[in-house]
Amino acid sequence: MKEASKLDIGDCADVKADVNGLPEDVHAPHITIKHLNKAFVGVPLYEDFSLNLPKGKITCIFGPNGCGKSTLINMIAGLMPIDSGSILFDGKELKETNIGYVFQNYRDALFPWMTCKKNIAYPLKILGWNKVKIEKRLKELMEMFEISFDLRRYPYELSGGQAQLVSIMRAIAPKPEVLFLDEPFSALDYEMTLSIRETLQRIFIDTGVTTVVVSHDLEEAVWLADDILLLTKRPTQVAELIQYTEARPRSSATLAEPLFINTKVRSLEVFQREVRR
Amino acid sequence: MKVNAVNSSSRLRTILASRSVQRIMSVLHALIGPSILIILWWFAAEGDWVSRTLLPGPIETFASFGKNILNGEMLHDSYFTLYRTAYAFFLATVIAVPLGIILGANTKVYRSFEVVIEFFRSTPATAIFPLFLLLFGIGDFAKISVAAFAAGLVILFNVAYGVMNARQTRIQAARVMGASRPRVLIDVLFFESLTSTFVGLRMGVSIALVVVIVAEMFIGTNDGLGHRIIDAQQIYDLEDMYASILATGAMGYGFNLLFLGLEKWLVHWSGR
Repeated sequence: MKEASKLDIGDCADVKADVNGLPEDVHAPHITIKHLNKAFVGVPLYEDFSLNLPKGKITCIFGPNGCGKSTLINMIAGLMPIDSGSILFDGKELKETNIGYVFQNYRDALFPWMTCKKNIAYPLKILGWNKVKIEKRLKELMEMFEISFDLRRYPYELSGGQAQLVSIMRAIAPKPEVLFLDEPFSALDYEMTLSIRETLQRIFIDTGVTTVVVSHDLEEAVWLADDILLLTKRPTQVAELIQYTEARPRSSATLAEPLFINTKVRSLEVFQREVRR
Repeated sequence: MKVNAVNSSSRLRTILASRSVQRIMSVLHALIGPSILIILWWFAAEGDWVSRTLLPGPIETFASFGKNILNGEMLHDSYFTLYRTAYAFFLATVIAVPLGIILGANTKVYRSFEVVIEFFRSTPATAIFPLFLLLFGIGDFAKISVAAFAAGLVILFNVAYGVMNARQTRIQAARVMGASRPRVLIDVLFFESLTSTFVGLRMGVSIALVVVIVAEMFIGTNDGLGHRIIDAQQIYDLEDMYASILATGAMGYGFNLLFLGLEKWLVHWSGR
C-alpha cells in the first residue's frame, strides 16, 4: 500500500489549488472563484473559498456528504445566490455567459408538455434563434449523440437513460461555454451509466467544452476527469486537486490500468483522510 | 366434435378479449347502477311505495322529457341555463387563471390575500346575491356575475395552488437556460399548474351551474331550467319537474365529462 502511494505521487501531478499557483499553459483558468462566502441559517458552508477551474477540461467534484458539492456548482451556475465573493467566467459575469446545466433528476428537469425535440430547442428559442438555424442545430445534435429513438415523443415516454440523454442534448444545444452536470448518473442503472458516460466523453472530445461534474461515485469521477477536485468537510475548502492525464477516448479497459487505479486510490486516500478529520 | 368445441370456445375467448368487445362490456358495466335505480324507481311508483302525487313513474317522466324536448320548450330553457353558466364560467376563467398564476408566483402577495380568498370561498355564493343585485340590478348580468364570482374563487385558488407547487427543478431549468421571469411564468408555471387548474375548472363549472339554477329559481327570470323546475312545482306538473331536474343533472354531468376529456387531451403528461 505504501509503495502504491509513493508511485502515485510520481505518476499523477498533485497540485494544491491555489488561485494563482497553476501554470497558465497547462491549466488556463476558465472559472475564477474568489473569496466566496456562503452560509446556511448562520452556519458557514463556504468561507473565503477561492478556486480556479480550467478551460476545456473536465473537472469532477468529489467530497464528503454535505460538504456542498451541488451547492458549489449551483452557486457557479447562478441557481443559488452567494453571500459574498466573486465568480467570473473568463473575466465575464454569469449573465454574459452561455452555460448548460444537466440536473440529477431528468424527470423533473425536462418539460413534459413539450416533445423531446421542443425541449431541446427551448434554450435556442430563448436565445432568439430562427427556425432554420434551430433545425440545423437539432440535426447536428442528433448526429452527435447518435440518437436512435424518436425525438417527437414526449419525455415521459422515454426510458430514464434516453430522458437523461435528451436533457444533456438540451444543455449542449446552445453551444455553452461551460457545461454543468449535477450527479447526472445517480438515477440511472449501471448499464445506462456506462453508455451515457461514453456519450459524454465523445461530446467532450468533439466540443472541448469546459465541463464541471458533481459526482458521488469515485470511479465515475476519475474516469471522466482531467481534474478531480476533492473537497473537505464543512466549512468546505479544497482538500486536493488531483490530475488524471490518461488520453481520451477512455474505455472500460481504462478502469483496469495502473494509472487509473493509482489515481483512484490516491483520491480515496484524500477522501478518507477528510472524512475522518 | 370435441375438437370443434375446443375451437369454438377458444374463438369465443378471443372475441371476448378483443378491444371493442371489452369497451362495450365496460359501458354495459357502467349502466348497471343507473338501470337498478330506474327499476327501483319504477317499482316505487307502480307499487305505490310513495304517493303517486309525489313521484310519477320513470316512463311518464321520460315521456314528458321527450315531449318537452321535442316541442322545444325544454331546449329553450336549457339553452338559457347553458348560456348563463357558460358566460359565468368564461368570465371566471378569463379573470381567475391569469390572476391565479400571478398570485401563485408571488407567494408573499398570495399570503396577504389568502384570508380574503379563503373567506369568500367559504361564503355561500347565494348569500352574496343581494349585493350583486344592488351592484348590477335585477337583469341577467347580476346572476351571471354571482356565478362567475363563486366559480372564479375556486379556480383562482386551484391555479395559485398549482403554481405554488410547481416543481422547482423545472423553474430552475428554465432560468439556467436564460428564461426571463415573465417567460418562466408563461412557459413553465402555466403548464405546471394545469393539472391543478383543471381541478379548479371542473369544480368551478359545477358551482357556476348551481348558482345559475338557484338564481333562475328565485330571482325574476322567465326562462332557464331553474325557473322551469320551480314553475312546474308551483303548478304541480311533477312529470315536468322531474324531467327538468334530470335535464339539469345531465347538463352538470356533461360538463364534468367534457372537462375530464379536455384534461386528458390537454394535460396528457398528468400523473406520468
